[in-house]
Amino acid sequence: MAELQPAGPVGRPVPRVDGVAKVTGAAHYVDDLDLPGAWHGATVRSTVAHGVLDAVDLDPDYDWTDVVVVTAADIAAAGGRNVVTLIEEDQPALVPLGGRVMHVDEAIALVAAPTRARALEARRHVRPRISARPAVLDTDAALRAEVKLYGDDNVFKRFVIRKGHGDDAAFEDAMAGADRIIEGVYPTAAQEQMYIEPQGMAAHWEDGRCFLVGSMQCPYYVHKAMKALLGCDGDGVVVTQAVTGGGFGGKEEYPSMIAAHVALLARKAGRPVKLIYDRGEDIAATTKRHPCVTRHRLGLAADGAIVAIDADVVMDGGAYLTLSPVVLSRGVLHAAGPYRCPVVRIVGRVVATNHPPHGAFRGFGAPQTTFPYERQIDKAARLLGVDPLAYRQRLALRPGDTTATGQELTFSVGSEAVLEAIARAAGPRPARDAVSAGGAPVRRGRGVCFYFHGSGFTGAGEQRIAGRATVALTAAGDVEVRSSSTDIGQGAATIFAQIAGASLGLAPERVRVVDPSTDKVPDSGPTVASRTCMVVGGLVERAARALGTRIAAWAGEHGRGGAPFAEVAAAAAAALGEVAETVQYEPPPGIEWDDATYTGAAYPVFGWAACLVDVAIDLDTCEVTVERCVQAVDVGKAINPMIVKGQIEGGTLQALGWGLLENVLYQDGKVANASMTNCIVPTFADAPDLETVLVEVPYPYGPHGAKGVGEIPMDGPAAAAINAVVDALGVDFDVVPVLPETIAARRDAWDAARRKS
Amino acid sequence: MRSSDGSLIEVHLTVNGDAVRRAVPPERTLAELLREDLLLTGCKQGCDQGDCGACTVLVDGRAQLACLTLVVAIDGATIETVEGLQQRGRLHPLQAAFVAHGAAQCGFCTPGMLLSAVALLRASPRASRDEIRAGLAGNLCRCTGYVKIIDAVEAVARGDDEEPAP
Ligand code: FES
Ligand code: FES
Repeated sequence: MAELQPAGPVGRPVPRVDGVAKVTGAAHYVDDLDLPGAWHGATVRSTVAHGVLDAVDLDPDYDWTDVVVVTAADIAAAGGRNVVTLIEEDQPALVPLGGRVMHVDEAIALVAAPTRARALEARRHVRPRISARPAVLDTDAALRAEVKLYGDDNVFKRFVIRKGHGDDAAFEDAMAGADRIIEGVYPTAAQEQMYIEPQGMAAHWEDGRCFLVGSMQCPYYVHKAMKALLGCDGDGVVVTQAVTGGGFGGKEEYPSMIAAHVALLARKAGRPVKLIYDRGEDIAATTKRHPCVTRHRLGLAADGAIVAIDADVVMDGGAYLTLSPVVLSRGVLHAAGPYRCPVVRIVGRVVATNHPPHGAFRGFGAPQTTFPYERQIDKAARLLGVDPLAYRQRLALRPGDTTATGQELTFSVGSEAVLEAIARAAGPRPARDAVSAGGAPVRRGRGVCFYFHGSGFTGAGEQRIAGRATVALTAAGDVEVRSSSTDIGQGAATIFAQIAGASLGLAPERVRVVDPSTDKVPDSGPTVASRTCMVVGGLVERAARALGTRIAAWAGEHGRGGAPFAEVAAAAAAALGEVAETVQYEPPPGIEWDDATYTGAAYPVFGWAACLVDVAIDLDTCEVTVERCVQAVDVGKAINPMIVKGQIEGGTLQALGWGLLENVLYQDGKVANASMTNCIVPTFADAPDLETVLVEVPYPYGPHGAKGVGEIPMDGPAAAAINAVVDALGVDFDVVPVLPETIAARRDAWDAARRKS
Repeated sequence: MRSSDGSLIEVHLTVNGDAVRRAVPPERTLAELLREDLLLTGCKQGCDQGDCGACTVLVDGRAQLACLTLVVAIDGATIETVEGLQQRGRLHPLQAAFVAHGAAQCGFCTPGMLLSAVALLRASPRASRDEIRAGLAGNLCRCTGYVKIIDAVEAVARGDDEEPAP
C-alpha cells in the first residue's frame, strides 16, 4: 500500500472553500435563485392562541384570478397525510377545518400569486374563522392541566436521572447529610436564533416529482417529512440545500414546515413557487430556544465538597412536541454540571403550552441548565469565602470520575486544562470603581464559569442514525466528498476538504465537497448536535482512507506501487471509471447507554470549557458593558483553528446576548417584539474583543482527535457574565436575561450592598 | 420628478459603472431594483426595515440601506454593489482580507459589511479598531461575534496586505 502523506492540511487556518463566492456576491441563497415563471407564496396564520377552526372564508369581493389558495383539504385529496413528521406526528402542515388551532401564527391556509406584493394582498382576503378557547400560556398553567393540550397532564416528556441512590427517600436522606444546602430558582428566557437570512424555500414539480431547494440544516429531515405529506416514496421528492445564511438550530426542524407549504403551492399552481419569510413572520412563527425554569438544590459538606445535587427542570415546549424531548434530554444530561458529586437527582419535564413550538437552538437545552448550576457553584464559593475559579478547579470532574449518569471519563478530559488556561489568562482584576466618560459612577465585577458539552447524539443516537458518507474518485479524476452535512456558515465544507485532503495527500482545494442534495449524497444524519466535524468528519476520514487504499492497490497492480494518490488518480479514474467508498458510523468501543434507566455513556465524549468575563456597570443607566471575555475550549483537535475560533467567537457573543441583552416577549401567546428593532441581538458596539484559547486534548475516535465545538461556546458565557454582574453589585441575579431594567428594579438592594462593602 | 398618478417614472443610474435606465413605480426600492430587475442579488435583504444592514450598497460613495431607498429619490446616482468590487478579476483588498481572516461565515451579512467597510476606509483609511466598530455598527452579523470582521478591516487599514486600500 502506498504511504499516504501525513496530515498536511489539518491544523492549518486554510481559508474557507466558499470564501470567494461569499465575498463577491456569487453565493446564491434561496431568494437569489432566478426561477423563471416562479410565483410567490404567503401564509395565512392564526391570530388566536387556542381554538377550533370553523371556516376559511375567501373574500367574495376580491379578484381571485391569478391566485392559488391551498388549505388542508388539498393534502388528503392528493393522497398525502397532513403531518409534519418529526419525532411524533402531532403537528399538521395546515390546520384542517374543525381542527384545533394550537398557537398564534399557526399556518391555516396558503396563497400564491405572480408577485410577492399580490400574494401578500391576497393573503389579507383569506379570513379564517376560529372559535377561541382558553389558552395555556405558561408552564405552571400547563402542569395544572385544567386545559388539556397533550395527553392528560400536558407533559410531552419526563426524564429522571438518579445517581448514588435508589429512590426519593434515599435521595432526601443523602441531602439531609449536607452541612448546608443552597437553593435557587432559575428562569431562563426564550431566545431567537436571528440568522440574518430569513427562512425560505422554493419548489417545482416535474413528471410527478417534487424538487425543493432552500435554506436548511437537514435535507433528510425535510425529505422524510415530504414523503408523508405528499404520499410519495423516496424518489418522489428531491431536497437540495441552497447556500444557507446561518441556522444555529433554527433551520433544523422548521424548514420541513416551509417545504410542506411551498410544495403544496407549487403543485396546485403548476409552476415553481418561492416562499420566503419576512423578518417579522420569521421571528413570530418559527422556533426559538425553550424557556425553562430550574429549581436547584446544592448540598455541601463542611469542607465545601458537593454531597448531593437536586435539579428539577421544566421547559416550555410550545404547542407541538417537535424536538422537545431531545432538547430536554440534553438539558437534563448537563444539569449536574462537570462536578464531582456522589448523589444526583435530576427530574426534567417539557410541557405543552399554546406558544409557537420551541425548538433547536445552539446548545440545545444545555445553556438553560448550565446557568443554574453555575450560579449555584458561584453562590457556594461566596458562602465558603473561597476563590470561585479555584473552587471549580477543586470540584471539577477528572479522568476516572463518573458523571451523573455513571459514565466513567477515561479519555479526552480537558477539564483541568481549560480551567488552568483561564487561570493563566485571567490577569489582575480591573479597578472596582470608576467613573464613566459621562461622569456616571461605574462598578466592575468579574465572573467565571465552567461547563462541558456532550459531542454527538445522546446515548445510542449515533448508532440509530447510522450516518453514512462517501468519498469518490469520479470518472473525470476529481475527488468528491458526498455527505448530507450542510455548511450553514460553520465551515463544514472546508473542514471536510481538509480531512479528505489529509487522508489522500491532496491540498484541500483539490477536494470538491458536493452540495447536499438527497439525490446525490447519502444520509449522514442531521447537521446538529456538534456532530458534523467529529462524527461525519470521522466518516469522511475513513472513506477517504479506503479510497486511498483502493487506488494504491490499483497502482501496485499497474507497476506504480508507492506512487502518491495525486499522481495516479487520473490514470486510475480513466481505467476504472468512478470509484466510490461509502462508510457507515461505528460506535467507539465501550460506549453503552441504557435508555430505560438513563444511565451509562450519555455521549461518546465531552468538550470542556471555562470562561471569564469582566463587566462594568453604569450605575445611573444600569447598562452592562462586557469589557473582557476569555473562553478556553477543549476541542480535541482544531482541524482549522481559524474556523474553530470563529465558531467559538460567534457562539460566545450569542451567549452574552442571551445573558444580558436579548429577550423574546410573549403577550397572549404572540411574540410581541417580532422585529429586529425590538428583538435585539448584539451589534459591533456590544462586542468586546473576544479572547479564545484553544485547548486540544484529543478524542481517540475522532478525525485527527477532533470533537464537537459548535455548541459549547453557547453554554457558559451567559452564566459568567451574570456571575460578574453579581460580583459587581453584591446581590444575586438568578434569571436570564439580566437587562438594564432587571438591574434597575433592584437598585435599592444593590445600593445598600454597595454602601456596606 | 414624481408622477402624480403613481405611474412609472424613468430614472437613470450608474450601477457598477454601467448606465442603467429604468421606468419604475414610485414605491420601488433600490433593493428590489438591484435584486429583481438587475439580478444583482449580492444586495441581501435580512429585514427590509432598516435594521440589519445586509442590503447596504454605496450610493454616490455613501453607504446606504437599499431596502429603505426609493429608486425615484436617487435619479442620477452612482451605485456600487458587491458585484462591482473586483477590479479586472482581482479581489478588492477588503474582499481578500475577509477571506484570509475568516470574516465571512454564512456570508449573508458579508456584502453589506464589505460595502460599509469600503465607505469607512475611503473616509478614514487608517481606521482604528474602535473606529471600525463605530463605522460598521449598522451592520448585524450573527455568526462571527464580529472579531474576525474587525481583524480583516484592520489588516487593510494598517496596510498589512500588499495592496493599499483604494
Ligand atoms: S434589509 Fe435593509 S437593513 Fe435589513
Ligand atoms: S457571516 Fe453569517 S451573518 Fe455574518
